[in-house]
Amino acid sequence: MSPLLLGILEEGQSNVSIAGSSTSLDSICQNGAGFRERNYMGLSDSSSVDSSSISSLSEEKKSSMNLKATELRLGLPGSQSPDRNAELSLISSANLDEKPLFPLLPSKDVISSSSQKPITSGNKRGFSDAMNGFSDVKGTVFSEGNWMFSATGGNSETAHSAAQGKYPTNTAMSRSSLNLGVTSHSMKDQSGVESSKLKEVLPSKGSQEKPHGANEKGQNQMTLATNTSTPPAAKAQVVGWPPIRSFRKNTLSTTSKNNEEVDGKPGPGVLFVKVSMDGAPYLRKVDLKTYSAYPDLSSALEKMFSCFTIGQCGSHGAPGREVLSESKLRDLLHGSEYVLTYEDKDGDWMLVGDVPWEMFINSCKRLRIMKGSDAIGLAPRAMEKSRNRN
Amino acid sequence: MKALEHVFVTLKSHKDRSCVSLVCKDWYEAERKSRTHVFIGNCYSVSPEILIKRFPNIKSVTLKGKPRFSDFNLVPPNWGADIHPWLVAFASAYPFLQELRLKRMVVTDESLELLVQSFPNFKALSLVSCEGFSTDGLELLATHCKNLTELDVQENSFEDLEGSWLSYFPETFTSLEVLNFANMQTEVSFAALEQLVARCKSLKVLKVNKSVTLEQLQSLLVQAPQLVELGTGSFSGDLTAQQHTELADAFDNCKNLQTLSGLWDAASIYIPLLYPACANLTFLNLTDAALQSEDLAKLLPNCPHLRRLWVVDTVEDEGLEAVGSTCPLLEELRVFPSDPFDEDGIPGGGSGVTEAGLVAVSRGCPKLHCVLYFCNQMTNAAMATVVQNCPDFTHFRLCIMTPCQPDYLTNEPMDEGFEAVVKTCTKLQRLSVSGLLTDLTFEYIGKYAKNLETLSIAFAGSSDRGMQCVLEGCPKLRKLEIRDCPFGDTALLSGLEKYESMRSLWMSACNVTMTACKLLAKERPRLNVEVINEEENDDTRAEKVYVYRSVAGPRRDAPSFVITL
Repeated sequence: MSPLLLGILEEGQSNVSIAGSSTSLDSICQNGAGFRERNYMGLSDSSSVDSSSISSLSEEKKSSMNLKATELRLGLPGSQSPDRNAELSLISSANLDEKPLFPLLPSKDVISSSSQKPITSGNKRGFSDAMNGFSDVKGTVFSEGNWMFSATGGNSETAHSAAQGKYPTNTAMSRSSLNLGVTSHSMKDQSGVESSKLKEVLPSKGSQEKPHGANEKGQNQMTLATNTSTPPAAKAQVVGWPPIRSFRKNTLSTTSKNNEEVDGKPGPGVLFVKVSMDGAPYLRKVDLKTYSAYPDLSSALEKMFSCFTIGQCGSHGAPGREVLSESKLRDLLHGSEYVLTYEDKDGDWMLVGDVPWEMFINSCKRLRIMKGSDAIGLAPRAMEKSRNRN
Repeated sequence: MKALEHVFVTLKSHKDRSCVSLVCKDWYEAERKSRTHVFIGNCYSVSPEILIKRFPNIKSVTLKGKPRFSDFNLVPPNWGADIHPWLVAFASAYPFLQELRLKRMVVTDESLELLVQSFPNFKALSLVSCEGFSTDGLELLATHCKNLTELDVQENSFEDLEGSWLSYFPETFTSLEVLNFANMQTEVSFAALEQLVARCKSLKVLKVNKSVTLEQLQSLLVQAPQLVELGTGSFSGDLTAQQHTELADAFDNCKNLQTLSGLWDAASIYIPLLYPACANLTFLNLTDAALQSEDLAKLLPNCPHLRRLWVVDTVEDEGLEAVGSTCPLLEELRVFPSDPFDEDGIPGGGSGVTEAGLVAVSRGCPKLHCVLYFCNQMTNAAMATVVQNCPDFTHFRLCIMTPCQPDYLTNEPMDEGFEAVVKTCTKLQRLSVSGLLTDLTFEYIGKYAKNLETLSIAFAGSSDRGMQCVLEGCPKLRKLEIRDCPFGDTALLSGLEKYESMRSLWMSACNVTMTACKLLAKERPRLNVEVINEEENDDTRAEKVYVYRSVAGPRRDAPSFVITL
C-alpha cells in the first residue's frame, strides 16, 4: 500500500483516503523495496501503465457497469437513468435496475440505509469505519450496495480520466460532468467503505488477474487513482455547480486565499489553517498561533474532533529530536486510530511532530487527520525530509 | 394622433405600453412612435429589422442575450448573441441612440468602434456579463464619446490589455456620472483616474477595481464627496497614521453614500473607517470583503437604513445573527460561499452558514423579501420558520451546495420546506430550488406559486410529472431553467400549450430526446427549438435544449453545434 500512498504524495494531492486495513495489502507493502514512487496520474511511468492496462480490461466492463450504478442520476423509482453517454452505457439494462441511488419511495429502512446518503453529500456520510464515535453522522449506516462494490475500479477509470481527460475511452466522460463530480467525490470520501470493499474486491480479482502482485497493484492503483484524482476531479467536475459567476469565483477564491496568506505570515496576526478529518462531515479551521507546542494543538484538535489522537506528537514534538526511527514510528502509528498529518509548503503530506514547532507552523498549509493505517507511508518521507534539512 | 403621442410619452413601463398598443390601431401607432426605450429580454425573439420597423424613435435599448445558465459555463463558447448586427441596424435607424444596456452578449472592439462612430449623442453604456471586447474598445469610447455619462463594465470577461484606457478621456471631458470598472483585473492609471474624477463634478457612481489602494482611495474621495455609490479598491495594506487620519476625514465627508461595495480583502482594522460614511447607506455589498462575524457585527449598527446586504459566508451564522438583530429594515440578503469548490471536493467546503443563519435573519428582518442563500445544510423546519417570519418573499433562491442533499436532521427530502415557501409566499416571483427534491416539490409549486415568473431547477425531481405540474400550474411562468433532472419527453411536450407564453425554457442534462424536440418544433412553428449537442456521438439525446418564442424565425447565425429544429 505504501508505494501507492507514495504515488499519491508524489502527486501532491491532498486527501489521501486509501483504505488499507486489509492484511493482504499490507503483505504487499512489506516487500521493502517497493517504496517506489509511482505516477498514477500520468502515463509516463510505463510500469504503472502496464499494470493499469492489465487491469483496465477487466476494469472496463466493471467501470461502465459501476459507473452507471454510481452515476448520480436521481434514480428515483420510476425513472430510469438516461443514457448519458453512449460509451458509458455498455451496461446491460439489468444494471439499470440495480439499486437506484435515491430510493425515496421505499420504506424507511431503505432510506435509513440508503445509498442516497453517500451520494448526496460528500461529507455527510455514514462510513462504516467513520461511524465510530461520529455521532453526527445522522444515524445512517452506509449500506454496502452493489454500486459501491468494484465501484472503486470503475470510478477510478472515470475519475481518472475526468481529471485528465486523457483516456480516450472516456472522452465523453466530460459530458457526464455531474456523474463524475458527485461520484468522484463521493468515492473519495468513501474511504471507510472502500476499506471493506477493497477486501472483498481483492480476493475476487485475484482470481482473474495473473500475478497476484500485479493485480494488487493494479487494484490498488485503481483505488489509488480514484483517490488521487478525486479531489481535483470533484472540484472541476460538476460543471456550473454551485451556480456562482466565474468572476465571483476568482474574487472569492482570491479573497479566501489572500486571507489565508495574510494570516499565514509568521509574526503578528493569526495563522488559520484548515483541518479536515477523514470521514468527518465538516472541516474546521484552527489558528496555529494560539498554540505553542504540539500537545496544545493535539488536545485542541482532539476536542474538536472527538475521536482523534496524535500518536507520536508527545514524544517527538520536542525540538531537536528530529530523527525518528521508521519502525518506532510505525509501531506508534499502528497503535493509534488516527494520525495528524499536514501539508507543507511543498505540497507534501507529512506527519505532524517530525519537526520543531516553529518550523512546523511556518510550513504548515493545512492539517488532515488521517487514519493511522493510511499514514504509514508518510513516515519514511518525513524522515528523509528532515534528514535533508539536517 | 399627436395628442395621443404626447400622452403616451409619459408612459414608461413596458407593460403599460404593451397594453396600450393593443387597444386599437391608432393607439398602436401612437405608442410605437412615442416609445424611446425598448427592452428585449431575449435578443433572438425579435430581429433588428422588425424592431426598427416598429419603433422609429428609440434612444435607449436594453438587450439580453445568452441563456442565464451561460453564466455557469453551461453554454458553449461562440453560441451567439452578438451585438454587432443590432448596431449595424441601429446605425442607420437610430442615429440618436443614447443608451445601450447589454447583458450576456458578445461585444467586440469592432462593435464598440461602430458604436462610437455611429452615435454622436451616445451617453450610456452598460455591459454586464458580456464578453468579447478589450480595453482597446474602452479606449475608443473614452476618446470619442464626448457626452458619455455612464460607463459600466462590471462583471464582464474582457481582455485587459493593461493599456491606459482611462487616460484617453480628453481633458475637456467632464460629463461622466457613472464609472464602474470594479471587476477589471489589471491596474489602471491612477493619475488618469484621479484627474478624471476631479473634473467630473457630476460623478455619482464610482466603482474602482482592486488595484486602487487605500491611499489612492483617499484622494479620490476628497475629489468626489458627492458620490452616491462607491466601490472601493483594495481595503488593506499599510497606512501611516497621517494617511489613516486623512482617509478617516475623507470618509467622514461622504455624506451621500447610499451604496458601498468593493472593499477587497478588507482588513479588520480599517473597517471602522467606513462607519461615518454609512449613515445613509441602503445597500452594502461585502462580497469582496469576506468579513468575519465580529467585524460585521460592529459595522452594521452604523448602517441604520440598510435595506440590501450582500455578504460572504465567512460571516457565518453568528454574523447573520447580528444582521437579524441590527437591520430591521432589511429587504434583501445575499450570502455567497467563500469556498464554493473546497479543495476537498466538497461543494461548499465545510464551514460557512447553515439554516440557523437564515432563520436568525428572518426573525429580525420581517421586511425581508429577496434572498439568495448558499449553504451547506438546511432543514424543512427552518425553511418553514423563515417564511413564517417573512411571508412577503418575492425572490427566494436557496442553494444547498451539495446536490440532492436531504434535510440533514430528518433525512427527508426538502419538499416540505419548499412547500412552505410557495404556500406562504403568495407574492413569490422568482424561485430557485435545491437539495433533495421529489416531484412533490413541483406539485406544490404548480399548486401554489401562482405569481411565479422565474424558476430554476437543478438535480431535482423524480419523474416527468414534476415538470408537468409546474408547466400546468404556474400561469405567470416566463422563464424555466432546468439542469440535471429526470424530466423527459413527456415533460417537455406537456408544455406545448405553454411555451409561447413564456420567454424561454432551458433544459440540459435531462432525459429529452431529439424526437420530442422535433415534435415540439413541428407543432409550434412560432417557437425556436434549439438543441446544443457538443458531442457527436449520440444522435438521439438532446443534451441541451433551449426553447423560446420568436417572431424572427430561426436564428441565422447559429453555430454548428446549435441545431434548430
